[in-house]
Amino acid sequence: MASRWRAALFLCLLMVAYSLANEAPAHETTESPNHEDTSTGNETSTGSHDDGHGDSHGDGHGAPITTLPIVTWKWHHVTAPYFVALWVLVSWLCKLVIEANHHVTTYIPESALLICFGFILGGMIWGADKVQTFSLTPTTFFFYLLPQVILDAGYAMPNKLFFTNMGAILVYAIIGTCWNAATLGLSLWGCHQGGAMGDIDIGLLQYLLFGSLMAAVDPVAVIAVFEQVHVNEVLFILVFGESLLNDGVTVVLFNVFDAFVSLGGGAIDAKEIVKGIVSFFVVAFGGSLIGFVFGLLVALLTRCTKNIQIIEPGFIFVLGYLSYLTAEMLSLSAILSILFCGMCCQKYINANMAETSVETVRYAMKVFANGSETIIFVFLGISAIDKVIWVWNTGFILLTLLFILVYRFIGVFLLTWILNKFRLVPIDFVDQVIMGYGGLRGAVAYGLAVLLDETKIKEKNLMVCTTLIVVYFTVIFQGLTMKPLVQWLRVKRAAHVDLMLIEKVQNKVFEHALIAIEDISGQIGHNYLMDKWKKFEEKWMSWILMKPSARKQQDRLFTVFHQLNLKDAMQYVNEGERRGSLEFIRNESAFVDFKKKFGKEFSDAMPDIMADMDDDEDGASSMRRDPVPSVSLEMHEQNMRGLRGAEEMNSHHLLEQHLYKGRKQHRHKFSRSQFGINQDEDEVQEIFQRTMRNRLESFKSGKMGVAPPKTITKHAKREDQQKMPNGKHKGYQSGDEDFEFSEGNSASGYDASFPVRPSYIAGAGIVNPAFMPDLEDWSPVHIPPWLADAELEEDPVAPSERAQVRLPWMRGHLHRLSSLRSSTRSEEQPGRRDQLPPPPPPPRPDREEDRL
Amino acid sequence: MGSRASTLLREEEIEEIKKETGFSHSQITRLYSRFTSLDKGENGTLSREDFQRIPELAINPLGDRIINAFFPEGEDQVNFKGFMRTLAHFRPIEDNEKNKNLPASEPLNSRTNKLLFAFRLYDLDRDNKISRDELLQVLEKVDVEQKMSIRFLH
Repeated sequence: MASRWRAALFLCLLMVAYSLANEAPAHETTESPNHEDTSTGNETSTGSHDDGHGDSHGDGHGAPITTLPIVTWKWHHVTAPYFVALWVLVSWLCKLVIEANHHVTTYIPESALLICFGFILGGMIWGADKVQTFSLTPTTFFFYLLPQVILDAGYAMPNKLFFTNMGAILVYAIIGTCWNAATLGLSLWGCHQGGAMGDIDIGLLQYLLFGSLMAAVDPVAVIAVFEQVHVNEVLFILVFGESLLNDGVTVVLFNVFDAFVSLGGGAIDAKEIVKGIVSFFVVAFGGSLIGFVFGLLVALLTRCTKNIQIIEPGFIFVLGYLSYLTAEMLSLSAILSILFCGMCCQKYINANMAETSVETVRYAMKVFANGSETIIFVFLGISAIDKVIWVWNTGFILLTLLFILVYRFIGVFLLTWILNKFRLVPIDFVDQVIMGYGGLRGAVAYGLAVLLDETKIKEKNLMVCTTLIVVYFTVIFQGLTMKPLVQWLRVKRAAHVDLMLIEKVQNKVFEHALIAIEDISGQIGHNYLMDKWKKFEEKWMSWILMKPSARKQQDRLFTVFHQLNLKDAMQYVNEGERRGSLEFIRNESAFVDFKKKFGKEFSDAMPDIMADMDDDEDGASSMRRDPVPSVSLEMHEQNMRGLRGAEEMNSHHLLEQHLYKGRKQHRHKFSRSQFGINQDEDEVQEIFQRTMRNRLESFKSGKMGVAPPKTITKHAKREDQQKMPNGKHKGYQSGDEDFEFSEGNSASGYDASFPVRPSYIAGAGIVNPAFMPDLEDWSPVHIPPWLADAELEEDPVAPSERAQVRLPWMRGHLHRLSSLRSSTRSEEQPGRRDQLPPPPPPPRPDREEDRL
Repeated sequence: MGSRASTLLREEEIEEIKKETGFSHSQITRLYSRFTSLDKGENGTLSREDFQRIPELAINPLGDRIINAFFPEGEDQVNFKGFMRTLAHFRPIEDNEKNKNLPASEPLNSRTNKLLFAFRLYDLDRDNKISRDELLQVLEKVDVEQKMSIRFLH
């Protein structure tokens, strides 16, 4: 039945394509200005003359009518848009047919299949028209098909991963591409001199030009192939980042050599070469700057669009496209521009826009990007079936193929060897092989090849033909063999579901230990820069670019949701413990209840979390989900005791959900067809607030006058507190540059009395009740009421650092908090050393509640 | 601060520390200036309060344990040598043969010593055994409570 359906679809496809071929072909490009195309030979915009079957014209425009026509055939009216729509439809139908056969797509990448479909369609059209009426023109490609792909890439880019590896990516993109271009051009020229290519009329400069357009790794192809392979994130981001950033180099090289070819060999002197180098910097940085500016514009705009939420999502697309065109207009790197636009505005869009708008943007991006990619590949296939461009020169083509592969590998190995001297985590050999093999060329190279000027470059057709063959080889052959290669070489993959639970937990422990040491030693390497950037960004940019409500909103709602969550979770855990089994984990209704209970209230604020709760039930991939964590230890304990089968999977899943992430954990979120919901920042804030609240609570349990949690609010100035010697506040210095809370806080007049943290007992480990969680069952249950009470206060107790700097008006909090801590610490007396403060006694919560 | 730092740290001390821990000269001087900046009392040693003054540690679930790791058994102050000794555990492992000339003890940053350090993180009462309670404590901290390292960047 399914196969019959598929066959029917395929037949429909063929029929549509045939009818296309039979119509009066008004080529797509006629609708778009052709001034970009210098070579019209292949464009077949002249295809409109081929009207052999043009019996559909019906009444011409000019013929006078003699009677009122009820219905007229107005093909000429709709020709251009009709074709566009039809071709889009055909391409997407191809994809539909392909995706219906999943067992095929596991072996053959979709892009390869699409190209094959393109061949078939192209063949049919050519058979009908004897000339290729449709092909991928540079205008269509560069203006209408490529921008959305790159915008999606930028928008979904894992920024942290990208910038962490930025150095390596830049090295590969710039030096690698230059290396590829130079070596390819020179080797081909050398071979030409040696006579391997027969008699073709290409000079050194033209070889270099050809080299420069063949050098660039193509982002579309990389996405298409790597997406199905799931290599580890670092490898992926290196290849992908390189493919994106090398556009800057490619544009420059192409233009430079193009200009050189026009100038002719004689006019090139040192001045021109210097100008070439300078132009690289201008193009690359200029493009990025424009993208950045437009990204900021988007962010600013979304700040004010509260009243037009319906069309809010559209702004990113419009402005992104404008950034692309602006850069193109100024002859800067358009790809870099739109890439940085997308990367820059991610965060603010997610913060400022309503949830529905954010979802819309994400979905729409994926639709456009995926759709464009499909069309690109189909047309790449179609463009091949064109006799005009086929000039075969065995030497040229084969040598190009060979050199591309060889020099790619050499380049990667060389550069990685240099890079590994500076990297903390070296790139190992297997990854390098994959990186070399993953240097796929694609439509960008083809587009540039078609842009060549035929008058200056006699052998343009040969070059186009070679480019196509190279593209087909890399996409089809290398795409086909990529997955087996990855498996054969046992490349480190992305998923880590095999980690045992205890390993996961231990990893977290070590992460935190490392982070602590970094903080102590004050050396955090490149993170220091990122810190500084983050500080700057959160101080100034968030202030300007994010809606005030977005800045405020996150804390409060999450806290409330979180406490209720926590309360419920504790209850479930306790219940489960009582029953002595893990049944309650398997009880899906646990999650469902949450949703039912809180769905309405909180779905506006946090549909992300609600959506996650939805998806929890199938225990799906743990990579993408980290919703609100609220499971206490007991559950883990039981997890570790007896796990098997479904239980194990559930608890793996639970654990993955509920473990907090350390600082260094990267998550590979980039996928063309699926996307997870990013919970990082929200989780951070929730965690921190709950943490601080608990800790402050434990603080109270210590010594001196217990201050009710209310005191730790913005308007803290409670009368009913014991005074702490204020001099201690001032004792707090911040000599170290890592200190992120601002100084000069003591003036805020926070005189809440906090208990002195008892001193550490040497050798006795943790003594501080602040860090000693209550192990008894009841105490966690008691916390929520306390927290819930605290929630009645206006502001959350202690905003996370992130929240703190996002909420400048709350900065006062943390001052007080920190001054408090420091003062408590400095209060220690030697005599205390030997006391081991008892664990918080049972009456404590009662005491608290008395005070509340 | 820089000039004062270098005068307070004598060359032979630097050499000693270099031999013992394997840090390079510039690393040692840099860490020394960090040490002095943490040392508010300016008496050449760090106490626990000095460590606690680092704000990020307060929100690290293992902050206090790490701090404890700096202080050897029964002491309350750590001098620069001790500071460096603990930090030396965190140097990257060198698998080459450079360290063979060291005396019988393994370099501080060997795998074994790293593991020992991690073990001590768990072993609160320093009886060289990790009891079930100690394990639970760590896990709880890491999972539920203050395991907030807020600087995990998006």
